[in-house]
Amino acid sequence: MRRMLACAALALAVGAAQARAMPPDELVKQVMLDIQRIIVEDKDLQGGDRAKTIQVIENRALPHFNHVGMTALAVGAHWRKATPEQKERLAEEFRTLLVRTYASSLSAFGEQKFEFRPLRMKPEDTDVTVQVRVLQPGSQPVIVEYDMEKTPRGWKVYDVRVAGISLVVNYRTEFGNLVRDKGIDGLIGALATKNKSLAAAEPKQ
Amino acid sequence: MSARTLAVAALSLAAAGCATTSSDPRDPLESVNRAVYAFNDAVDENALRPAARLYRNVTPSGLRDGVRNFFSNLDDLYIGANNLLQGKVEQAMSDLMRVAVNTTLGLFGVIDWASDMGLEKHNEDFGQTLARWGVGDGVYLVLPLLGPSTLRDTAALPVDWEGDPVYWHTPVDERNALTATRTIARRADLLGASRTLEEAALDRYVFLREAYLQQRRSQIYDGRPPRERPPAD
Repeated sequence: MRRMLACAALALAVGAAQARAMPPDELVKQVMLDIQRIIVEDKDLQGGDRAKTIQVIENRALPHFNHVGMTALAVGAHWRKATPEQKERLAEEFRTLLVRTYASSLSAFGEQKFEFRPLRMKPEDTDVTVQVRVLQPGSQPVIVEYDMEKTPRGWKVYDVRVAGISLVVNYRTEFGNLVRDKGIDGLIGALATKNKSLAAAEPKQ
Repeated sequence: MSARTLAVAALSLAAAGCATTSSDPRDPLESVNRAVYAFNDAVDENALRPAARLYRNVTPSGLRDGVRNFFSNLDDLYIGANNLLQGKVEQAMSDLMRVAVNTTLGLFGVIDWASDMGLEKHNEDFGQTLARWGVGDGVYLVLPLLGPSTLRDTAALPVDWEGDPVYWHTPVDERNALTATRTIARRADLLGASRTLEEAALDRYVFLREAYLQQRRSQIYDGRPPRERPPAD
């Protein structure tokens, strides 16, 4: 019996490991199509229901992001000087800001056409860039790139580039300026204020 | 006032601001740029954005696609010329084919058959050509009404105007109507992006500057800029 349990546990563990080991390009494709399907099937989401949209992002997209790593990259050299509490608050506020920003562009996701290209990677690669092309009539396709790293919990996104604009690089200068002028706590305060004003501007549903 | 006069005005403004200090070595004229940015933002908020919203609300998306395609087709010949100047012959041929297909089968560019046929739209201008020839960005500039630029991209603008069929169109009232339509239609396409900018940025001026410089770099290298990422700790 004990042996059976052990076997079952092992099988479960292997199953979980397989899910974790899903190749990064497959993972991106699955998550994006999954979210698109959810939007297509839900009128509230197409209408821009904020609370519902944020929930979809929290449940479907965020588990695949390394948001602490993203925050560390955006804060740059100052990250090392932050206390563990400061790091935690920074990551939390940055995460909230990204979710809110992402939420306002998600309703358009339903009608977009994606082109996924298979990623050429070596088995030993631990840091890859997955590319998705968003097609739109009369314009150059927009290239969205996900920088991903292999972790024990599967592949995680640590930066997103849209049309060559890296989220992390874009925030780095802003964050750097704030830390230089007002310190790390000043940056945390600025992020918190921004998040509060975004929350206040949201229409009550 | 022509865009040319504006650019000259911007340059002299920029020169006047030379004495100001700034923290960012790429943006030594930050204080002047910020003033121009505030002006542009006011114009956008009070005139351009309302017009773009109205345009988006009263036109069906099929019509907007047609308008976008029409102006996009006008650009393709000039884009091809820039590809040729950068030695990208294959892309230039593809641009030429796009014009041939879309101008005829696509009813003067209104329908973008070429993209459906796999002839992809490119993005080129003389600023990118100069960059490929080895000209650096130069300082960051915000031009009145035209927005973010660099010294190199600003210097390249007169060449872009020469290559723009709308710029040369006569009679003048038609040219003005075309310019207005194109400006409003392009702004309408950016309504989502500008909302994201507003929501995402702690300091919109800095956010827009970083985004512009990054996007230009990506365009210059056709979406494949060499990696430059400082190691994370």
